[in-house]
Amino acid sequence: MWRAYTQAWTCASIIEVRRVLRSRWFKAGVFLASLTPLLALVWRAWRGELGANPIEAVTHSTGLWTLRFLLLTLAVTPARFLFGIPDLILIRRTLGLFAFFYASLHLLTYVWLDQFFDLAAIAKDVIKRPFITAGAVGLAAMAPLALTSTRGWIQRLGGKRWQRLHRLVYVSAIAGVVHYLWLVKSDIRPPALYGVILGILLLYRFARAMRRRLS
Amino acid sequence: MAAAGGAEAAKFEGLRKSPFSTDEKPSSFKDVTQYNNFYEFGSQKDEPARLAKNFITSPWSIAVEGEAAKPKVFDYDDLLKLAPLEERIYRMRCVEGWSIVVPWVGYPLSELLKRVEPGSKAKFVAFQSYYNARQMPQARFSGIPFPYVEGLRMDEAIHPLTILCFGLYGETLPNQNGAPVRIIVPWKYGFKSIKSIAKIRLVEKQPLTTWSQANPREYGFYSNVNPKVDHPRWSQAKERRLGEFFKRDTLMFNGYGEHVAGLYAGMDLRKYY
Repeated sequence: MWRAYTQAWTCASIIEVRRVLRSRWFKAGVFLASLTPLLALVWRAWRGELGANPIEAVTHSTGLWTLRFLLLTLAVTPARFLFGIPDLILIRRTLGLFAFFYASLHLLTYVWLDQFFDLAAIAKDVIKRPFITAGAVGLAAMAPLALTSTRGWIQRLGGKRWQRLHRLVYVSAIAGVVHYLWLVKSDIRPPALYGVILGILLLYRFARAMRRRLS
Repeated sequence: MAAAGGAEAAKFEGLRKSPFSTDEKPSSFKDVTQYNNFYEFGSQKDEPARLAKNFITSPWSIAVEGEAAKPKVFDYDDLLKLAPLEERIYRMRCVEGWSIVVPWVGYPLSELLKRVEPGSKAKFVAFQSYYNARQMPQARFSGIPFPYVEGLRMDEAIHPLTILCFGLYGETLPNQNGAPVRIIVPWKYGFKSIKSIAKIRLVEKQPLTTWSQANPREYGFYSNVNPKVDHPRWSQAKERRLGEFFKRDTLMFNGYGEHVAGLYAGMDLRKYY
């Protein structure tokens, strides 16, 4: 029933949706919307509204938005199939790059504002503190994906190899949730929420792969 | 106009100055009262200020019992009159790596303890916070058991730096800071300074404490500020003083070593963290 409905809807409007998704305005809109969290943060900093511990507030905000953009990126594929809008793929790269963008700001906040380039202390943190190790893994897994996100790199690597490489995004997202989970002292509700969403997104892929193998 | 249940802050007059006060600049009243760890009212720093607004703190009493010749229940007004109130400007170092300087109002805890005449078996002092799930609906999500309990060795409890605290910045304690009465133990991580005390028990054996129950590897009974013993998940070598940009070095015993180092002579502080 649901499938029939989405199919009918898809047939009727697929051309219209494609036109919108491919328009310059839509891309500009996605880009601007993705920048909004940063603009809001800068605005709050400007107004002195980041609270008693502004550096902590910036660290938490950039970290949370990294996770949110990672999950949004991972939601693109399920959304394409569930809603029958294959052209959603057009915004996946933007979302993924914004995840990397916020992760970079997160790292910069830590290295600059939190540790003030104390490289010895940072190295100790990465080795000795499991939650920071997890964060470092998540970021390290994301870097090659950002680097190879261009059309040129897809051609150079070839579709199959490129796709295999980009499965690293799963490592990154899982490491991100673990990073958050290991950071909190006792109230695990917020990281658990991200974990559940990530679990659903991964389960969807798993179920789809199983079904394809069986049919 | 006072909100329902929320007591209006009252000013304390004629506070004595104390030689134990630091001359460092106190943190802003806003930072001290808007950035709190008080898990009964939520695990996020901004929650206690919002969610403890209607916490009912009057009438209030503390039962002091256990290994004592004269156990007694003291009501709030009794407590206030037990000894002259002093202003104590202390550094407070949180186990999470931030710190503040607060002008507290109170008097030495020993003033209260001696009134009940502790017996020879009173080796430790166990504290229990008030807990009421109806007034503290966020508590059950915080991941730690309640009521919150803490403990000190008797010599720590009667040390002149340890105070029974009724206020800050010359006023009665705001609810989010542990109203109406708490203790302050300035050479230990902040979570040792238990808030909104309902019961004090003198005991022979080292009592259980909430955070070491929740996570024994991360939080010990003593929890003295110690830059050389890291928390398993973060370094304790430095701290961020709220309102400052650069981190500063954390001091042994939070800078109170000259007064309290003797309490731990010969103890391995790595083992007794």
